[in-house]
Amino acid sequence: MDDFMTPLLSIKNVNKQFGDGCDTCLQQEKDVLIKNFCPVCGTVYSCQDITFDLYPGEVLGIVGESGSGKSTLMRCLYFDQDVTSGEAFIRSYKDGKANMFEESAQQKRYIRNHVLGKVYQNPLLGLRMNFSSIGNIAEKLIAAGNRNVGHMEDRGRALLTHVNIPTYRMKEAPKNFSGGMQQRVQIAKALSNNPPILLLDEVTTGLDLSVQASVLDLIKQLQRELNISIIIVSHDLGVIRMLADRTMVMLDGKVVEQGLTDQILEDPQHPYTQQLVHSLV
Amino acid sequence: MENILTIKNIAKSFTLHNVNKHIKAIDDIDIYVREGEFVGITGKSGSGKSTVLKCIYRTYLPQSGSIWYDSKKYGPIDLAYATERQIIDLRKNEIGYVSQFLHVMPRTTARELVQQAILEMGHGRESAEQEAEKMLRHFELDPALWDSYPATFSGGEKLRLNIARAMVKRPRLLLLDEPTASLDNSSKVKVRELMEQLMAEGTTMLGIFHDLEFMKNLCHREYNMQNGRLITRVEMLDV
Ligand SMILES: Nc1ncnc2c1ncn2[C@@H]1O[C@H](COP(=O)(O)OP(=O)(O)O)[C@@H](O)[C@H]1O
Ligand SMILES: [Mg+2]
Ligand SMILES: [Zn+2]
Repeated sequence: MDDFMTPLLSIKNVNKQFGDGCDTCLQQEKDVLIKNFCPVCGTVYSCQDITFDLYPGEVLGIVGESGSGKSTLMRCLYFDQDVTSGEAFIRSYKDGKANMFEESAQQKRYIRNHVLGKVYQNPLLGLRMNFSSIGNIAEKLIAAGNRNVGHMEDRGRALLTHVNIPTYRMKEAPKNFSGGMQQRVQIAKALSNNPPILLLDEVTTGLDLSVQASVLDLIKQLQRELNISIIIVSHDLGVIRMLADRTMVMLDGKVVEQGLTDQILEDPQHPYTQQLVHSLV
Repeated sequence: MENILTIKNIAKSFTLHNVNKHIKAIDDIDIYVREGEFVGITGKSGSGKSTVLKCIYRTYLPQSGSIWYDSKKYGPIDLAYATERQIIDLRKNEIGYVSQFLHVMPRTTARELVQQAILEMGHGRESAEQEAEKMLRHFELDPALWDSYPATFSGGEKLRLNIARAMVKRPRLLLLDEPTASLDNSSKVKVRELMEQLMAEGTTMLGIFHDLEFMKNLCHREYNMQNGRLITRVEMLDV
């Protein structure tokens, strides 16, 4: 198989539940669940049997209403939370033979610093608000083993320039910045170590429309230039339409449909997707 | 000559769950296209022409039947069952689609839009720049517009850009969904000129044109549709 057809990241049967489950929800069909929730024991099944591939250089969109499990999935992929069960393989890590969820804490840190970058909806989660912007990037570079101050400064400056943070503000702390600028610093930070995979969770949600557009433009531009693979999560199908090559639709912790983005938009199969597309136009 | 496209028994209907509707769009469609041909689909609005093209491009998922395409990279491949990744690859490198609608990318200038089409095929930046300029010039898009955003363009300008972007790739198979419908006459002539040139270079085309005059002396075969079905097939001999 050629490079184009080989996934960079393969996710297989990922489950994430909050709670231990009970006889009712564990033994029987999941029909007993109300949305993703067991009415008997209160267990929440946030991600159920999620399987997908991410290919080199593609943008994969994940869309679904709030509570459908998108952010939980992103948190599991970035090791912010542990999965309940499931596997994930990265082609460039140990030849794609190691389930990254079962790696040691140290190896997980390595993957987080070298293979993945993540941008959160809430900049407080991705940035140290009191560090300088360039310091935020240095932090990530140091975590990946860099020690050369001159090199780190150069890299930080280049990255921040790339995301349109003016040179004279690079020493400033993100807490002084607008929401759009904070997201751009977060993106620069996530790209510090040239990860092949970028995870974006609702990165434009809550921003003014024009600021939203400029952040999306930036993402598109970076994706083109760096040819990285991106998973972009949004409740907003408009965002997905703008960026994603392929799209996965989530509802109540499950993937209900996936396909080429134009197919999802023009020929949605699942009632929920149809409703979502309908409300877009 | 070999068939580049053999469509057998394609059917497509839409189930709209939220309004409890089932719409039969096309049924029992057989079409073949030989390499290097120009094949036209005609029929009234609503007869299913675009649905056929969208099934080939996989914007629609066909329900049944097969769409055999003779790919340069994959050999014979059924587009109805190809993986999404294969479809993405084929769209980048072999199969083009032009409609009246331009899907603009944000913050992308006209020039970049055309360049990208070439870049995604793996060509170098320099040749992309040259080819893009050539194509923009051919379509007489005002050079003052080359570096501005298409969102601000007039309908005709957008359309010319759209066609330029698809044609610059010199696809093996080009699907055309009434691209000239809203164009003025001189633009139509431009499109036709370029189609002739592409054909001479080996591009095969399957197109819907309202204006039959436009297809005259270009078309090898015409399929006429009515109510989602093919009614007639006419072979034109003197092309
Ligand atoms: N820490 C948690 N404890 C319990 N339930 C949680 C927790 N985190 C998420 N959930 C639940 O998991 C489901 C998926 O949430 P989330 O992944 O945030 O959805 P989305 O990102 O699609 O809005 C929701 O029902 C949510 O309440
Ligand atoms: Mg979320
Ligand atoms: Zn239970």
